[in-house]
Amino acid sequence: MVPLSHYLALSVILFVLGAAGFILRRNIISVFMCIELMLNAVNVAFMAFSRFLGSLDGQLFVFFVIVVAAAEAAVGLAIIIAVNRNRESLNIDDLDSMKM
Amino acid sequence: MNLQLLLLLMLLAPLVGATLNGISGRRLSQPIVSLIAYGSAGFSMIFAILAAWVYSTSTSQPAPFLHSYFTWIQAGDLRADYALYYDRLTLVMTLTVTVVAFLIHLYSRGYMEHEGGYYRFFSYLNLFLFMMLTLVTAANYPLMFVGWEGVGLCSYLLIGFYFRKRSASDAGKKAFIVTRIGDAGFSVGVALLFWTFHSLDFQTVFARIEALPQTEFEGTLTAIALLIFLGAVGKSAQLPLYVWLPDAMEGPTPVSALIHAATMVTAGVYLVARSSILYARAPGALAIVGLVGCLTALFAATIALTQNDLKRMLAYSTISQLGYMFLGCGVGVFAAGIFHLMTHAFFKSLLFLAAGSVMHAMNGELDMRKMGGLRHKLKITHATFLIATLAISGVPGFAGFFSKDEILAGAYEGPLGQPWLYWLGTITAGLTAFYMFRGLCLTFWGKSRVEPETQHHLHESSSKMTVPLMVLALFSIVAGYVSWPRVLGGGEAFDRYLEPVFSPAQEALRNTPPHHFEGLSAGLVMGFSVVAALVGIAVAVWWYWKSTDIPQKLTERFAGLHEILVHKYYVDEFYHCLIVRPICVTSDKFLWRKVDAGAIDGVLVDGTGHATARVGGVLRRIQSGNIRSYATWVLLGAVLWLLYIFVTR
Repeated sequence: MVPLSHYLALSVILFVLGAAGFILRRNIISVFMCIELMLNAVNVAFMAFSRFLGSLDGQLFVFFVIVVAAAEAAVGLAIIIAVNRNRESLNIDDLDSMKM
Repeated sequence: MNLQLLLLLMLLAPLVGATLNGISGRRLSQPIVSLIAYGSAGFSMIFAILAAWVYSTSTSQPAPFLHSYFTWIQAGDLRADYALYYDRLTLVMTLTVTVVAFLIHLYSRGYMEHEGGYYRFFSYLNLFLFMMLTLVTAANYPLMFVGWEGVGLCSYLLIGFYFRKRSASDAGKKAFIVTRIGDAGFSVGVALLFWTFHSLDFQTVFARIEALPQTEFEGTLTAIALLIFLGAVGKSAQLPLYVWLPDAMEGPTPVSALIHAATMVTAGVYLVARSSILYARAPGALAIVGLVGCLTALFAATIALTQNDLKRMLAYSTISQLGYMFLGCGVGVFAAGIFHLMTHAFFKSLLFLAAGSVMHAMNGELDMRKMGGLRHKLKITHATFLIATLAISGVPGFAGFFSKDEILAGAYEGPLGQPWLYWLGTITAGLTAFYMFRGLCLTFWGKSRVEPETQHHLHESSSKMTVPLMVLALFSIVAGYVSWPRVLGGGEAFDRYLEPVFSPAQEALRNTPPHHFEGLSAGLVMGFSVVAALVGIAVAVWWYWKSTDIPQKLTERFAGLHEILVHKYYVDEFYHCLIVRPICVTSDKFLWRKVDAGAIDGVLVDGTGHATARVGGVLRRIQSGNIRSYATWVLLGAVLWLLYIFVTR
């Protein structure tokens, strides 16, 4: 058996990679992909616990997370397309008109 | 007709008059305005007379009449009702005040005819009458203080009546501020009185004072007495708080007559007389009262010698005569002080009203050096002025002689009398006769020094003004006969009339160590004062009528002394230097610039604003619009939150 800690380590590494990418990437699409990566890292953690605790609750929650991620991706991509039409740029640093 | 209703009506009549004139007077014609005014004053006088009659014929007199109309203040021990106290002293005061006020209201109809603000003047005058009557009929110190402050307010309003004139509004402020100093003393004294006796009603407090064993509490009583006297010093223009009264002559002449001669300034004397038992039990304080009165009388008389402005001379004369009243109270003959208060009200207001008549004739000029020979054109004014001058000089037969003589006799042989007080008083009497006749000669007798333009304007005043003059002249003669001196075989009826009021005080004073002076007999005491008066008159007439260059030569020989007297001993300048300027400078440089503008405006108000802006300026940098920095903050927050949870579990 692969020990639980391995799965959790995988989850943490994926999450940290996703978070780091989320902060450091310039392209908006890359930022979205990192968001998806963070969500999937959490899914891995849920599945691992579900398996090791013998409860199906974790797997159910994964369904919820996937659905939410899909919906969010749809909306987010729509927003990006709208913003791209206005600003002709996919650089996240160019979206700064909400400053004081 | 019961007494409580009469007294209430007596008080309400002028208040109603003041309100009517104050609110709607602007739209009313002059005759109606003055009718409301002298009508209310007249009703007040009638009610005062009726009240006097009801009281005198009631069986309970001479016991005082006390009636409480409603509870005004009730706070623990402190209880002050709207209550009126009527005894023989109140009777004398109310009659004097209402009669003189009524006559002056009548006179003002004529005097103020061509002045602006007619309705305002009469409204204030009626309000003053209401306040003064409240003062003299109050049954406790707080209510009396209401009247006290009220007359001060009306005095300020009326002195500064010509408010567009800088000197007039300054004089009003000066009067109010200087008397405020006295009022502060009064308030502290009353507070101390309450602290000691737990009551502020006259009857209660006086009974408790009387019940004290002889020398106990004397220190406290002396302190209370002196503090309350400070109030009297301010209101009645004694040393050192007299400086406002000469300046108060900026007000219209009827104001000078009513407020600054006959009534308001006598409130201090009334206060001391009403509190006679307090002073009798604190002989030290009473001695100071007498001393201050005597010195003020002499001091003011010396200044009056060299004044050239007719009204100013009369103002200093008022200060001097008030000194006499305090001298009378201060040596223990309270009734004599009140007697002089009454006679003085008549002849002094007459003097001022006559001066107003002269002023009208002279087209506003008051410098006596530009007058002379006016008795030919102003016959009635001259005759009445002469009668009043004879009265104030203490010439036998006129009112002032009887009252002044009683005070001087008291100064010599009264309970706290000292011979030197008598001698100073007699010298002052001589000076009084001198400067009054100097004024008379310069104004009415001799050659006319009137300027040609004004000559045509000279005319006797209308009957509206001369009739009150004549009535007052009559009073200035007969008012003295209510108390024929003992020395000349009389019974001093006035004194015996007021005896029930002052007997507790007289009893207390009887216990002070007596002293006998092997000196003048009572007859000589009276004789010397008459001689002093006659000498004063003779010298004045000689210098200012017969041979008119002696004053000139004396002025040259004693130029330094003359300068000092003309400049009123430089007291105003002294006060300005010592008190007014430091306060102004401190207020301007420190309190205004540093404290108000700097600390309060700068630090508290503007500073708070600036600080908020600065903090905001720092905090707004978080809102950069940069999405990545937002993301970083979110992540940081999440990490900290997780750490917190792990650490505390």
